[in-house]
Amino acid sequence: MGQQHDAYFVPAKSYWPIVAAVVMFTTVFGAAHWLNAEPGDAGFGKTVLIVGVVGVLGMFFGWFRSVINESLSGSYNHQVDVSFRMGMMWFIFSEVMFFGAFFGALFYIRMFSVPWLGGTGHGTLTHQFLWSDYAAAWGANGGNGPERVGGSFSTVPAWGLPLLNTLILLSSSVTVTIAHHALRAGHRGKILVFLGLTVLLGALFLNFQAHEYVEAYKELNLTLHSGVYGSTFFLLTGFHGLHVTLGTIMLAVIWLRVLKGHFNKDHHFGFEAVAWYWHFVDVVWLGLFMFVYIL
Amino acid sequence: MSYAATHDHHDDHHGAPKGFFQRWCMSTNHKDIGTLYLVFALTMFFIGGSFAMLIRAELFKPGMQLMQPYFFNQLTTMHALVMIFGAIMPAFVGLGNWMIPLMVGAPDMALPRMNNLSFWILPFAFLLMLSTLFMPGGGPAGGWTLYPPLSLQSDSLAYVVFAVHLMGISSIMGAINIIATILNMRAPGMELLKMPVFVWSWLITAFLLIAVMPVLAGAVTMLLTDKYFGTNFFNPGGGGDPVLYQHIFWFFGHPEVYIMILPAFGIISEIVPTFARKPIFGYKAMVFAIASIAFLSFIVWAHHMFAVGLPLGAEIFFMYATMLIAVPTGVKVFNWVATIWGSSMTFETPMLFAIAFIILFTIGGFSGLMLALVPADFQYHDTYFVVAHFHYVLVTGALFAIIAASYYWLPKWTGNMYSEFWGKVHFWNSVIWVNVLFFPQHFLGLAGMPRRIPDYNVAFANFNMISSIGGFLFGATQLIFIGVLIHCAFFSKKKATDRVWEGARGLEWTVPSPAPHHTFEVPPVIHDDELAHGHVND
Repeated sequence: MGQQHDAYFVPAKSYWPIVAAVVMFTTVFGAAHWLNAEPGDAGFGKTVLIVGVVGVLGMFFGWFRSVINESLSGSYNHQVDVSFRMGMMWFIFSEVMFFGAFFGALFYIRMFSVPWLGGTGHGTLTHQFLWSDYAAAWGANGGNGPERVGGSFSTVPAWGLPLLNTLILLSSSVTVTIAHHALRAGHRGKILVFLGLTVLLGALFLNFQAHEYVEAYKELNLTLHSGVYGSTFFLLTGFHGLHVTLGTIMLAVIWLRVLKGHFNKDHHFGFEAVAWYWHFVDVVWLGLFMFVYIL
Repeated sequence: MSYAATHDHHDDHHGAPKGFFQRWCMSTNHKDIGTLYLVFALTMFFIGGSFAMLIRAELFKPGMQLMQPYFFNQLTTMHALVMIFGAIMPAFVGLGNWMIPLMVGAPDMALPRMNNLSFWILPFAFLLMLSTLFMPGGGPAGGWTLYPPLSLQSDSLAYVVFAVHLMGISSIMGAINIIATILNMRAPGMELLKMPVFVWSWLITAFLLIAVMPVLAGAVTMLLTDKYFGTNFFNPGGGGDPVLYQHIFWFFGHPEVYIMILPAFGIISEIVPTFARKPIFGYKAMVFAIASIAFLSFIVWAHHMFAVGLPLGAEIFFMYATMLIAVPTGVKVFNWVATIWGSSMTFETPMLFAIAFIILFTIGGFSGLMLALVPADFQYHDTYFVVAHFHYVLVTGALFAIIAASYYWLPKWTGNMYSEFWGKVHFWNSVIWVNVLFFPQHFLGLAGMPRRIPDYNVAFANFNMISSIGGFLFGATQLIFIGVLIHCAFFSKKKATDRVWEGARGLEWTVPSPAPHHTFEVPPVIHDDELAHGHVND
């Protein structure tokens, strides 16, 4: 295997894929049972769900560990690297489309369904026969629909915590880029500082987001049940928050890998993949800030 | 750049591993994983088919015959979900897995372990979904489209939503793998516009999958939160709209339709030149036609919703956009016929299925054009005319292409020739009974018989009985297919040559039959005149 370096690497057999399939099944099977359980009788599904989630975490840990070991042993050449890059890029594209479904729902509701319920344009009969007193509006004055589902609520003002969170995420994009440049230049200390800063900014964002949720529920009466305003607000910001959580964990892992010296200036796909992901999360937030909070 | 393949040191270099679990559950081999996909698809085809048999049995005579209406609804729902996500799609992925690396001269798929995960998610997803049939309350019964508010009434919703999530993850990973393989693993000299049309069709299909499966995941997630977490996406009282679900669903659903037919186009574009012994007519036009169909698939979704009460402007836009699809599809049918024109053709089983595809798929395409007309669709919507239409494009279209591909590549997979006699028996029975089964449904639909109903007016009795007889015989005919497959794989004495078919061109025919466990570990040298389409200069 003298030409190992120029040769395409067909990886060895691995039990991780089938383990992954089993633990994913366990997770959703448990979750589905839990969702359908009678109140107060959640034990069985919940237990299975917890076992599944622990299994998924363990699977990720084990699978990534074996991939990292293979990478460190020099098994991956340029062609494998390109495959990984394509994989990550298309994965991010699929994430974009996932958020697209929720943004599409938001736009449709604001452009069509709420105005129609208020009697404009198409669908005037629904307004006339069912909810003739409903004046279409978004936000606190009608975002929970003609039946005022969830009771009256206030919205989160855009220029408080959300603005701060925007600045935090934007600066974290800058810090991760500085870390990337430092990696290419081979300045390990600088990488650790700026990547560490990025992780902290991510955690800070999540902290503020949690504050915002608590405030929304306790002070503003803005909940998941607040009509379609609450649905879109919490689903969009919630899925984004999940992605930030994931991104922060990934950044932290990369920080540890930098500490262990896993990357060099030519060979750091793991770093770049996470950086791309972080920029993607950042861009989604800009869309959220614009269409959920400001407009 | 060129790379020869190496393997991890503990990987057996020259053959399949010995242990069953090692070979099939831990595989990183595109051929073994392709086989798994194909066997899984065949199993699901028979499960989904048994649902269809029960449906046709209930509809054999007017009046309630065999089952409760609610169970009938579960059958129609499950039949569609199983056939679409369990049979047709995995069959195409299996064919892609087996053939794409062979066709582009790659040692394997680009991301072999993820390939294995993509497969192994599927049996679990279907275990989850089919298990609902045995639970209190039964399976999903609101149709495979899961429209709210109907779908929200069933306790099985959570299981179905999670099953759809799993299938989506599987499809996205499979599609990413195929794109990375095609773009990154081609042998030197295999330029993009020298690739077989089948590979092109899969490249574009994979793009569609990555673009729309996440949208479906988003749509069903909203169903889940509406039912279990009190959101109001589809509740007008809370400002939502059930029609919103239909928009999001069909933004997925229409590209999904082409996900199930574009690889079929690719297969037919391989088989017809082989048995016509002529290069395909208008190679580039074929590739660009597939790309145009894929593009158009994103802007026609609301033609599934003409009767839901859309604004007039939307109806007109979606009507014309839909009819535009006839142009690239017409290009494809024209080019297949032009390939056949003046050729010295022979009629082996794959070619018979391919010719039946061209004729019968075109019938399905024309009934699609009828449905594209808004004023006409108001009449046809939710009738058996729609059922006839999509079964012509999916059974005599997608399924016939999959069967044709199986006969075409079976000698390469197994190293043995299948029985041409029994293949032809299978073909003639299939093509006759499938028309007896579905053609009368056009008349039923035009006469106003609604779909997804277990009972019907006695006026529809005769055509329903004919249709059911056709259905039973079509179903029974597929048992012949099983026989042919088992005979070919395990008992056939007639060995296949490397090239198998006299007119076959392309890299997959340069490796031995059966294809060894590892192929193209050293990239092949490409000779343009040996490629299926490489010598086309247009």
